[in-house]
Amino acid sequence: MRNSFFTRVTVVTITACIAVAVTLVTAQAPNYRAPRAPDGKPNLNGIWQAINTANYDIEPHSAAPSPVLELGASGAIPAGLGVVEGGTLPYRPEALTKRNENRANRLKLDPEVRCYLPGVPRAVYQPFPFQIIQSQKHIMMIHEYAGAVRTIYMTDQVEAPADSWMGWSNGRWEGETLVVDTKGFNDLSWFDRSGNFHSDALHVVERFTARSPETLNYEVTVEDPKVFTRPWKMSMPLYKRLEPNAQILEFRCVEFVEDLLYGHLRKQPSQ
Amino acid sequence: MIARLIGTLVIAGIASIAVSAQAPAYKTPRTPDGQPDLQGFWSNATYTPLERPDNVTKEFYTPEEALAAEKAAAARENAQTDPGTVADVHYDFTQFGLDRSQATLARSRRTSLIVDPKNGKLPPITEEGKKILAARAEEAKKLGGRWDSAQSNQLDDRCIIMAGPGPPMMDAAYNSNYQIVQAPGYVMILTEMIHDVRVIPLDGRPQPSDKVRQWMGVSRGRWEGDTLVIETTNFNGKNPFRGSTENMKVVERLRRVSDDTIEYNFTVEDKSMWVRPWSAEALMRKASGPLFEHACHEGNYGLYNTLVGARLEERHAAETKKDSK
Repeated sequence: MRNSFFTRVTVVTITACIAVAVTLVTAQAPNYRAPRAPDGKPNLNGIWQAINTANYDIEPHSAAPSPVLELGASGAIPAGLGVVEGGTLPYRPEALTKRNENRANRLKLDPEVRCYLPGVPRAVYQPFPFQIIQSQKHIMMIHEYAGAVRTIYMTDQVEAPADSWMGWSNGRWEGETLVVDTKGFNDLSWFDRSGNFHSDALHVVERFTARSPETLNYEVTVEDPKVFTRPWKMSMPLYKRLEPNAQILEFRCVEFVEDLLYGHLRKQPSQ
Repeated sequence: MIARLIGTLVIAGIASIAVSAQAPAYKTPRTPDGQPDLQGFWSNATYTPLERPDNVTKEFYTPEEALAAEKAAAARENAQTDPGTVADVHYDFTQFGLDRSQATLARSRRTSLIVDPKNGKLPPITEEGKKILAARAEEAKKLGGRWDSAQSNQLDDRCIIMAGPGPPMMDAAYNSNYQIVQAPGYVMILTEMIHDVRVIPLDGRPQPSDKVRQWMGVSRGRWEGDTLVIETTNFNGKNPFRGSTENMKVVERLRRVSDDTIEYNFTVEDKSMWVRPWSAEALMRKASGPLFEHACHEGNYGLYNTLVGARLEERHAAETKKDSK
């Protein structure tokens, strides 16, 4: 499963040099040692992006037509081998029913359609870049989509003071790996466009590990006893954006959804 | 007694601000990669207006006058709601800490943030600028009344952008809080209002094509000694700062002058709007943090309910008219 997923990535990316990096990761024993940040920690600074179809569906899925007729093939859903370990999410029976309802009504219910903050881990594998700004006390993750942002507290750590869309992240270094522990979520964000969801009991532990100068290994453990029968994992590589002037641009989508959300409340000319 | 003591302390605080120029040179701390260290949580909350009030002619208040001006401004702010009313329950500025007097105030004895022109006022508007303003007024009329659609509301009511991030970064009326984090080659400024992030590269890269236009423009930074200089162009012109156009260029200068103060100066140049550039001087004061997630759009019941209410009123008005026929 994991091997075939990376085989597809390799085919897409083609270059032999990336193929070597992929082999390393699949072996789960990256001997790669990242360059050091000025404080001696692994340097994860950079603009990163996932290249996969997890934002459509984190489970394995076939290609499917566009949910919006007018978009034709350009809006169709590309297939994916899935990023979830074991392939299937361990939903509680009633939660699975809700997931399927979400999926059937995704245009109405997916928070992404409404330009809402994406939550975690979805922000990381949406089809947008994000930038890591790594300092000693705070590590920032700055996402292009909707200007979503996370502060990861490395030293001044407290429990989440309030529930939020992006959660409250405390981080630590475990050797070469940045471990981010996030709680304090609301129950409003989704994992993908297929209705996979969580409750406010969500607890996400992410592990970011450099595996070559231009790739990170991203592993996530998700725990949410209200929705899932057991913790589950997902993983994927993240790729560095190498354009010399790469930068996070504005995707301030609120403006783009106003007619969708409020258009029916427009004053009618006849009145 | 306590009030008098606080008053004295505030005056002492105000008095100490303007003397930073004479104080012994502050040694700016460094980040591990050697940048001057601006990191931490900051507030630029202030009652000092951008333009000097019409009845004031001097550049600085005395400490006593500064305190009186601050008290008067705080009283005006708190008078925005009537105690005991529904509006008061929702927006009680004193109770929910939304008024500036409860924030970390970046106090100054200045009578205006504008220092150039010397009169503390914006420079005259160009002929082209007058035409642009007239055209904008026409465009706004086409959108109809304020409650006709989401788009006819103000940008902050729509949760698109607020005053905080700029540039230039201005007091946002409440939650005027910022977080600065630095990494090699970058300074990042997160604005609490409304989770807007500025990632400023320091590597001397050029501006992108002028086809790339953004609400916050595109910023490029450099260090001049201990001063962070940020130049921003490529604005989209849809959030006119004091009337500015998409041709605005903002040059900001941030210099840490003590452990708890950053001097924040900026110059605005927009030949399409003003006959000459103008400059302002503001302060950022160390705040306790942390910043909270301001998910404005996600919780924008205000806009939705107001539009629902406006349509309901129209329907009632139409029905009343029909009935009276």
